[in-house]
Amino acid sequence: MPMLSRAIYMDNNATTAVDPRVLDAMLPYFNEVFGNAASRSHGFGWQAEKAVEDAREQIARLIGTKAKDVIFTSGATESDNLAVRGVVEFYREKGNHVVTQVTEHKAILDTCRALERKGLATVTYLPVDKTGRVDPEDVRKAITDKTVLVTIMFANNEIGTVQPLAEIGQITREKGVLFHTDAVQGVGTLPIDVDAMHIDLLSLTAHKIYGPKGIGALYVRSKAPRVRLSPIIDGGGHERGMRSGTLNVPGIVGLGKACELVREGLAGEARHELQLRERLHEGLFSQLDEIYLNGHPTQRLPGNLNVSFAFVEGESLLMGLNGSVHPIIASASLPPIAVSSGSACTSATLEPSYVLKALGVGDDLAHTSIRFGVGRFNTEEEVDYVIDRVVSEVRRLRDLSPLYEMAKEGIDLKTVAWQRA
Amino acid sequence: MAYSDKVLDHYSNPRNVGTLPKDDPNVGTGVVGAPECGDVMKLQLKISDSGVVEDAKFKTFGCGSAIASSSYVTELVKGKTVDEVMSIKNTQIVQELSLPPVKIHCSVLAEDGIKAAIADWKKKRGDEAPTPVEPKVA
Repeated sequence: MPMLSRAIYMDNNATTAVDPRVLDAMLPYFNEVFGNAASRSHGFGWQAEKAVEDAREQIARLIGTKAKDVIFTSGATESDNLAVRGVVEFYREKGNHVVTQVTEHKAILDTCRALERKGLATVTYLPVDKTGRVDPEDVRKAITDKTVLVTIMFANNEIGTVQPLAEIGQITREKGVLFHTDAVQGVGTLPIDVDAMHIDLLSLTAHKIYGPKGIGALYVRSKAPRVRLSPIIDGGGHERGMRSGTLNVPGIVGLGKACELVREGLAGEARHELQLRERLHEGLFSQLDEIYLNGHPTQRLPGNLNVSFAFVEGESLLMGLNGSVHPIIASASLPPIAVSSGSACTSATLEPSYVLKALGVGDDLAHTSIRFGVGRFNTEEEVDYVIDRVVSEVRRLRDLSPLYEMAKEGIDLKTVAWQRA
Repeated sequence: MAYSDKVLDHYSNPRNVGTLPKDDPNVGTGVVGAPECGDVMKLQLKISDSGVVEDAKFKTFGCGSAIASSSYVTELVKGKTVDEVMSIKNTQIVQELSLPPVKIHCSVLAEDGIKAAIADWKKKRGDEAPTPVEPKVA
């Protein structure tokens, strides 16, 4: 087993470390250039404003648009809320129908449900196939003359499945309906172009692309068509009146720098993550039986691998991998591994992942799922260590598992009359 | 989630993992839980003709707390009479392992496992009707 001395972070779909180059870019904006970007009467304000406008430009370049179409928010949850609520409210005389799909992030799904509860919108939740992809033809069929918005994510945060945005954009443009995408999970590794894909609104956040937490952006198309939004936060009329509030200048500088680094290194980043993910995939699947890939085999985020380890409950596996953060297991002196699980036991609701459920993955396998998110700072050595640890923990826990024993005896677990506790 | 030291100890060094011959008339086997609920426990008790638990083995599919509850229960029942074993309550397990409220169902599973194993043993011996397992409120 390779010798590693520190904890392994392989949960980059949850958040990412701030890149040192991003941090360096941000630091002067805390206490040297600390002005309010809205101050027009002195140099402190002018310098802050310049930094903000430079960042806007960096973000715009990454997604193929102009700086003035980018507005800053506190993160993607706010961007999603502003896009959906803002469109629904502004266009309420045109219609009240929204089309989305079942594996969207909760920032979209819960916003849609809230609008439904208040009677402000009717929402169509399109199904996905067993790989997690939505069928663009389903989008076409769902659009009615009351539809004001289609919102479909770029890539899924749990299973990494990438949605066919270009095809969907073609349809929404044809039908004259606005198209929003939550691009949080794809924008760091996959090329995206709002004009080529006919995207009208796009949410992104810094902390998934090696920037700081608490800062995000919403792209709002200003021409062909011009998108209008009702604000959800009123105040000083910042951000063309769509999002009031003093701008988070250091955060914005960080987001801008993070976008610039992504744009400059996109192909290399994707190659790096894909190579590590394939190594991880190969290492696990060549050594363990009864494990299953969740999501699409190829149309997925380069760094995302979601696997169900049948007969091993996900939280118990996480506990084993976390190992040495716990003093008792620390005697083994193994660096802990940070990954996450779709198991119910890791959620507040005790319900297994709704995303896996939407794919038709049974609750039994959903409970055994682990999400690996490799990122910019992971290495081959780390991947090899993770493979070894996962393989040995899965084997250990399968020796403890009555289900594995029964399956090996040839019992079909689906036919057993389980006694629910 | 922070686990108690005892949960970690039982999780990393589970006691009495294994399988007893389920056709042995002195062995009672209880299987409780369901895969789609995320936990299944198999508990086997070997009970002497005088009604004392001589051996206990378990296998559990579930979170760390479920594994720890199972492991602890195998220690707890050894050497006890059937009546003593039947009086074990899930609250004892909760207390010993310092389980948080969200993990109380793991202790309920372990208590149900004991009741199911004893019921199977009694049924095999034809002593009396199997003791029904009462549903517990977690």
